[in-house]
Amino acid sequence: MTNVPQRFAPIQRLLHWLMAICIIAMLFIGIGMVSTVAQKYLPLILIHKTLGVALLVLVLVRLALRLHFGAPPLPADLPATMKLGARLSHLLLYGFMIVMPLLGLGMLWAAAYPVVLYSGIRIPALLPQSDHAHTLLWDVHVYLGLALFALVLLHLAAALFHALVRRDGVFATISPLPERQRMKPTE
Amino acid sequence: MNQPGRVERSSLGWLVLIAAVVGGSAAAFAYTAGWLTPGRLTPDRMIAALTPPSGPPLGHRRNHAKGICFTGMFEANGNGVELSRAKVFVQGRYPVLGRFNLGTADPNAVDATVRVRGMGLQISAADGEEWRMAMINPPFFAVSTPEAFHGLLVAAGKKDREAMKTFISANPEFAAFAAWAKTAPWTGSYAEEAYNSLSSFVFTNAKGDEHAVRWSLVPTAEPVSIAHAELEKRGPDFLEQEITTRVKSAPQRWTMVTTVAEPGDPTADPSRAWPQNRRKVQVGTLVVQRIEPERDGPCRDINFDPTVLPQGVRVSDDPFPAARSSVYRKSYDLRAAEASDYPRTEVTKP
Repeated sequence: MTNVPQRFAPIQRLLHWLMAICIIAMLFIGIGMVSTVAQKYLPLILIHKTLGVALLVLVLVRLALRLHFGAPPLPADLPATMKLGARLSHLLLYGFMIVMPLLGLGMLWAAAYPVVLYSGIRIPALLPQSDHAHTLLWDVHVYLGLALFALVLLHLAAALFHALVRRDGVFATISPLPERQRMKPTE
Repeated sequence: MNQPGRVERSSLGWLVLIAAVVGGSAAAFAYTAGWLTPGRLTPDRMIAALTPPSGPPLGHRRNHAKGICFTGMFEANGNGVELSRAKVFVQGRYPVLGRFNLGTADPNAVDATVRVRGMGLQISAADGEEWRMAMINPPFFAVSTPEAFHGLLVAAGKKDREAMKTFISANPEFAAFAAWAKTAPWTGSYAEEAYNSLSSFVFTNAKGDEHAVRWSLVPTAEPVSIAHAELEKRGPDFLEQEITTRVKSAPQRWTMVTTVAEPGDPTADPSRAWPQNRRKVQVGTLVVQRIEPERDGPCRDINFDPTVLPQGVRVSDDPFPAARSSVYRKSYDLRAAEASDYPRTEVTKP
């Protein structure tokens, strides 16, 4: 018996794919809404704010699950640089997932905008209006958003590389599909 | 056999696929951002069209750049409850802050040179829920769509007279506005102007009934018509000086009148006024009690985004509130970043 899991727990895999879809949607909605004056601007920004707050809650749950369940080990034959890259990119992804919604909320607060989510839920302001804080938070939100998109692409490329080229079982640890049975059933 | 963990030559095809997936995603993102479609009307392009040849008004709003702050009360008489469950329609007094302004991109414009006067207003319910409005004094808007407004700005910015003619023939609704601008009487005070939402919104009451509405803030002060030549003799800032003195001597009042649409009324086009006989409901009174300079006044930090709405009010099919929200946000981001160009304490020129 070993405590090291071979796959992420089902709840971790579910959260991963759910959040992956939401984060990709957030990135496209974010860049799309700031470049339009069309009527869809309003529903897009409402979704962006609502989903952003929901993702902040989800990432905290996910972080707790990660600390509780841990992660399956990377293949022993994976080159050290790729292992380091994998660890760093995961750390960065968690960092982005926590920081982006906070920056988004902060920049709205610092601009004295009421934060009203879908169905009228209001988030009280924790920062006073400040030109300087608004500018800083807004700039960081935008540039980190672009960086997050690049990181998501890298993550996607790496996942496909593991799944299609190396076929080393890394993708199976997070795959949404049930595990293919490698051994004969015992019963 | 494909050994786990080894990159085979046959995997070249997979690598090409991975590159295609990544490249395709990046292209989709670039398209969504508008980077591949320079013809799309973005807030940046609208602001570029608003910017005068002399350059942007650093630290100021990109349009309606000249203004002065006020604070006061909205006294709801309770009649609005029938139309909307917005909390500020329940009989009572609600704090407001606002801004009288001029429809110009020049914060130092001479008051008599600007035809359109406006009011930004924010009413706060007891629980802090906000309603923001941005209204102007013409009885209808100049054009039907945000795209046409952009076209107007571009045409008006050209020296070529033909550009304006071409614009008007493509946007005939502008003729009514041009006639208003030419013939409507001028007044000598912000307190004598009516400020109109122009755009339609939808009110929802407690029962869930919906009504398309527009509203106006109608002055209690009697408008006194003044010859434009007479206004030109007054100082460059006479409107700000006049309203400051006027409010100091007595609070100024406006009646908020809501006009209810009937089926078939054009809700999507603010350039088309509704028939005069539509039902009107007086929902309360705006009382302006105090005037403060914009530089360090309470309205400076507020974006009077007309889509900041309370429960019980939502946007209609009118495309302008969304476009204004998008452009106002961009304007706010710009002026916040340029705040040092508009210091909060006045610097005396050497």
